[in-house]
Amino acid sequence: MTTAAASRSLSSAVVSARARRGWGDRLFRGLARGAALSLILLVTAMIIGMAGAAMPSFRAFGWRFLYTSTWDPVAETFGALPFVYGTLVSSLLALVIAVPLGLGAAIFLAELAPVWIRPPITFLVELVAAVPSVVFGLWGIFVLAPWLRNWVQPALGASLGFLPLFQGPPYGVGMLAAGIILAIMIVPFITAVSREVLLAVPNTQREAALGLGATRWETTRIAVLRYGKSGLIGAVLLGLGRALGETMAVTMVIGNRPEVAISLFAPGYTMASVIANEFTEATSDLYLGALIEIGLLLFAVTVIVNALARLLVWSVGGAVKQVRE
Amino acid sequence: MADGILVKDLNAWFGTLHVLRDIGLAIAPKAVTAIIGPSGCGKSTFIRCLNRMHEVVPSARVSGTVLVEGANLYAPGVDPVEVRRKIGMVFQRANPFPTMSAFDNVAAGLRLAGMRNRAVLNDAVERALTHAALWDEVKDRLDKPGSSLSGGQQQRLCIARALAVEPEVMLMDEPCSALDPIATAKIEELILELRKDLTIVIVTHNMQQAARVSEATGFFLLGELVEFGVTRELFTNPRDKRTEDYITGRFG
Amino acid sequence: MSALTAGSALAVVLPLILLFGFLLHQGASAVNVDFFTRLPKPVGEAGGGMANAIVGSLILIALAGALGLPLGILGGVYLTESRDRRLPWLIRFVADVLNGVPSIVIGIFAYTVVVLPMRRFSALAGGVALAVIMLPIVLRTTEEMMRLVPASLREAALALGLPEWKVILRVVLPTARAGIITGVMVAIARVAGETAPLLFTAFGNRFWHQRLDQPIAALPLQIFAYAIAPYDDWHRQAWAGALVLIALVFLVSLAARIATRGRYSAVR
Repeated sequence: MTTAAASRSLSSAVVSARARRGWGDRLFRGLARGAALSLILLVTAMIIGMAGAAMPSFRAFGWRFLYTSTWDPVAETFGALPFVYGTLVSSLLALVIAVPLGLGAAIFLAELAPVWIRPPITFLVELVAAVPSVVFGLWGIFVLAPWLRNWVQPALGASLGFLPLFQGPPYGVGMLAAGIILAIMIVPFITAVSREVLLAVPNTQREAALGLGATRWETTRIAVLRYGKSGLIGAVLLGLGRALGETMAVTMVIGNRPEVAISLFAPGYTMASVIANEFTEATSDLYLGALIEIGLLLFAVTVIVNALARLLVWSVGGAVKQVRE
Repeated sequence: MADGILVKDLNAWFGTLHVLRDIGLAIAPKAVTAIIGPSGCGKSTFIRCLNRMHEVVPSARVSGTVLVEGANLYAPGVDPVEVRRKIGMVFQRANPFPTMSAFDNVAAGLRLAGMRNRAVLNDAVERALTHAALWDEVKDRLDKPGSSLSGGQQQRLCIARALAVEPEVMLMDEPCSALDPIATAKIEELILELRKDLTIVIVTHNMQQAARVSEATGFFLLGELVEFGVTRELFTNPRDKRTEDYITGRFG
Repeated sequence: MSALTAGSALAVVLPLILLFGFLLHQGASAVNVDFFTRLPKPVGEAGGGMANAIVGSLILIALAGALGLPLGILGGVYLTESRDRRLPWLIRFVADVLNGVPSIVIGIFAYTVVVLPMRRFSALAGGVALAVIMLPIVLRTTEEMMRLVPASLREAALALGLPEWKVILRVVLPTARAGIITGVMVAIARVAGETAPLLFTAFGNRFWHQRLDQPIAALPLQIFAYAIAPYDDWHRQAWAGALVLIALVFLVSLAARIATRGRYSAVR
């Protein structure tokens, strides 16, 4: 057999084999790509579906929806201000409590704690994050709220009662309870992400500070925290995103009254809670539309907060793992 | 009709980095050809071009002709997968599949290509392991994970894995660089044995090794083939000044 | 300063200890055989259980897994194998953002795409909602775990002349298996406790579940309904339900933890 003939027969064999194999590869690639693209399709469908369903409310109220506070299903007049207010105040309250605790715990776990104690505590923190919202809510109703009503609120009223924040009858359930339960729920989250951020700070940074004669705490402060700053802000924002959308536990302890009250003792209502409570009762398109418009608003706000947070967290050492729940 | 490997005008890039320039050489069939050169000279890239593994890396590109048994690997319509089935490869670090037993590692190529017949597989595995001079050492441990073997045994397991699909050519990318001298000696013995049936191309940074096992040697420097010839002559009487500098240890 | 940070760490885990204490104290007495085998009793009659809710939760999780896992794992494969620059970045970003979208919003989504067209609450709608929650978690873990598989293994398989898809299915995915299982379990632990997205999708059901296009009970829904009701006996059942739910979630988390331990030995 001549070389040319051999070459021809060989290459024709190769070509025919390719048709079969290439097909498998193409099919697999197509499937994987399709699965990945389905995610984008999903989010698009989410936006379009919700915008469509919210249209009756948007047409009826326009931007007024955001700054009026009448919520009257009978008269079909809807203004979302009390819910927006309740969501913002309960989330901010949660941040005020959770940020110092979360950052402190993260610094402890990543920098200062003895090495042997880190894994068990990290695991416990993960477990707190895994507790279902409804279980926290149950605990909030039957343990936290009575405790606030009988001990904390009377004490706060007596000592700081001159501030409008701490006036009024102690109900137990209300904005304060919601803020505390939210803080408990988001603090493990802030701790976990902050810890990852701190661990991503290169050791050369620590060594540089230690080489200057800094103590471990000073090293943490001048080298580690400064280096990880944007990531830590990202961690806080991720916590905020969670707090804004948290539903069950808040619904169970906030009191569910659509009013704008200054006092933290007073009951309030959040965007997520009103959806949870009233969605199945909404019989008219307008009522349902108003609730879905609140959902869309919540979606938009959490997407912005999360997108910002992700970019910030990614900016510190690209390898920072995303942390769930 | 065995006419080895003929390389013509081979160029390779990583992105814009031109790592191989106009390589041309003829590799003899059923013989050992060694590729030597300092780190970063393109020798690994070169043998990865011989079974179309170079293009596995994102942004990598190749141009030129590689004729194996007269057929151009880079002709349009040639399936790289088919090419790699005919040309075995052994890597710098032993890389047995950790989720598979020793037996399954050797059988992997055949099995994944669709072979289900147990008797045929048993036969092929025993033949490949015997060929790789590993059968006696592992025949009682075939169901143990491949990663439970010693470093040298793992590398021979990888050679057996490549042999099991009965390739015509075997590419070896610094197969001994992570092994101790005794394990290295065993692999070298094995190479001398395998060349009776196979065309072997071995990349090595160890000049003594090249001298010991190969008939022909190519010297690469900065992406170019400086000199290619009979091993004994290249080492005793180099034609190029740069080759002489390298083998006498003046750089690299 | 060290003491202060240690105190913070303690404060973070303290609620867990308090919560667990109360759960055991209040709920343990109501966790008995009836709880696992009986249907809920009507108001005023003592006893009964949450058997239908436990089974309902398992059905919902299975449904969510059937929908979400294949998509998530395949999508993760795409993220590791694609040579494209922009699309994987975008998908990674969308996944992380979707992971932060409140679950109640995902409930609304499932309502608009499943409940509205079918004109009824259903197990299917609940499953879809939970699947959407699982998807980004599974996708991102699969990607991370596949990245841990050394390139040398991939190359060894390619050099044997295997087509890419076989390399992935038979070599890369099995090597990353332990890690991917961890991701799946983390996702299951997360959706097992979800309540908000089920309120207006699965809806809840006081009886045994019949068909996937009918409303279905779920443990978290039942806990919620009993917690806000004014009957002491129901409160006891809610505590018991919470104890069972949290035990389930913790067991799955623990299993995930143990599976992760194996991942380094498998990969390195």
